[in-house]
Amino acid sequence: MTGASPAVVSASKLGLTFQTNDGPVQALSNVDLTIGKGEFVSFIGPSGCGKTTLLRVIADLEKPTSGAISVNGMTPEQARQSRAYGYVFQAAALYPWRTIERNVALPLEIMGLSRAEQAARIKRTLDLVNLSGFEKKYPWQLSGGMQQRASIARALAFDADLLLMDEPFGALDEIVRDHLNEQLLELWERTNKTICFVTHSIPEAVYLSTRIVVMSPRPGRVSDVIESTLPKKRPLDIRETPEFLAIAARVRDGLRAGHSYD
Amino acid sequence: MKQSALPVAIILLALVVVWYVMAVILNAPFQRDLDRRANQTPGVVEFIGKTLAQPKPTLPAPHQVAVNFFENTFLRSITSNRSLVYNAWVTLSSTLLGFAFGTALGIVIAVGIVHVATLDRSLMPWIIASQTIPILAVAPMIIVVLAAVGITGLIPKALISTYLSFFPVAVGMVKGLRSPELTHLDLMHTYNASPSQTFWKLRVPASVPFLFTSMKVAVAASLVGAIVGELPTGAVAGIGAKLLAGAYYSQTIDIWSALVAGSVVAALLVMLVGIAGRLVDRAMGGRPA
Repeated sequence: MTGASPAVVSASKLGLTFQTNDGPVQALSNVDLTIGKGEFVSFIGPSGCGKTTLLRVIADLEKPTSGAISVNGMTPEQARQSRAYGYVFQAAALYPWRTIERNVALPLEIMGLSRAEQAARIKRTLDLVNLSGFEKKYPWQLSGGMQQRASIARALAFDADLLLMDEPFGALDEIVRDHLNEQLLELWERTNKTICFVTHSIPEAVYLSTRIVVMSPRPGRVSDVIESTLPKKRPLDIRETPEFLAIAARVRDGLRAGHSYD
Repeated sequence: MKQSALPVAIILLALVVVWYVMAVILNAPFQRDLDRRANQTPGVVEFIGKTLAQPKPTLPAPHQVAVNFFENTFLRSITSNRSLVYNAWVTLSSTLLGFAFGTALGIVIAVGIVHVATLDRSLMPWIIASQTIPILAVAPMIIVVLAAVGITGLIPKALISTYLSFFPVAVGMVKGLRSPELTHLDLMHTYNASPSQTFWKLRVPASVPFLFTSMKVAVAASLVGAIVGELPTGAVAGIGAKLLAGAYYSQTIDIWSALVAGSVVAALLVMLVGIAGRLVDRAMGGRPA
């Protein structure tokens, strides 16, 4: 673990069982995890391993059925009520009847910020994701990558220290994804936020993370936690270094070990 | 646009031809009867001409309806109670009032159904049942009951329109208010938004397209309600009153031109709602089709 830094997320013996028509499904079982401030943690695993569920539990979108979890030292519900995190969904989930700037303004309106404060934050976050000049556009006028950047801006405008991202680049092509990965790292470095990032891409996980949590399905559980030895500054071509490939190989091994192929 | 004009024109022309043929066939027995009594033996062309020029034909020919419609629309003072414009206005005013009531009622019911689980289970069957009762059976009761409490004139007629028009709006808005995607709702949840914020910032804008679609159906239903409402009220003016008077005096041409007036009004109303819908859609950043 990362030692002295205070825990942003702390889970112990966390479990979640969904009651379905085909009987109970154990989406999460016995998850122990501590995420420190400023970390970039990726959750990787095959579908059904509970990585998205875990993120949703942190966000209080799902309630755990066993174990304990705290976010910023509070329950997830309290954390959500104190607006402790910004959440980026797999789809950009922009409201189609709002322009980009009104979409970014949405959480700010709900928080009841003044018009001036809203305008300042919209400008700052759209600058941060390189979308200045697109304020008045509607979502359909933007490409998929730009829409996802707008949704990241919306999560950032919240100004929470914790950013939860659920496969935000999953639907984008490789080139756009590389570009956004680079931008995300840059942003993380500048803002010093804690980021929890769900992905099913090994290179993406290794490239971005300070720590990689490998998960496996049936029941959804943590099968390995890998500390990255890569430096904080990471140019894209770091992905060809032996160090990078070694970590990627460990992740792949972890995924294989946890996968039963039944 | 240009390519589709020709087939449409051909179909229209075919319909007119069919109408003429039917007019000749249906009016022929009466015309033969007349000729026999007058001891006339007209040639085929003359006979056909006569079947298309009867004052009270079984089926009026298109040109008879057109002439009647034109005279009663453009050549009469619009304050005359024979003017179709005057009669259409009488019906239109109660249609619009009833439509406004109906839309408001439909929205209120939908909001209730979406937010209160008890209403969802208890109200919907009644709403559906209300629409299975023939409006002709309900209309006189509404008129009589309201007259008993001293409400007469425009309101009872408008309420019959309301009775027909709230239904599509209620059903459409229930669907519209429930139309937001799960992620859009989750997003509101992560913002710790209050139910009223979720309602105004998400459910209401998401329901707007549904509102306009159901309003198109509702406005046409309102017009039907207003016309039907004029039948048992003994109304002296309105498209319904024209239809009734035409039926009393076998003025078939008047009946048909009143029908034409009714459909023109209906088409205009549906078109206006459609235009309003498009304007709102554009103002809400809708993608041009």
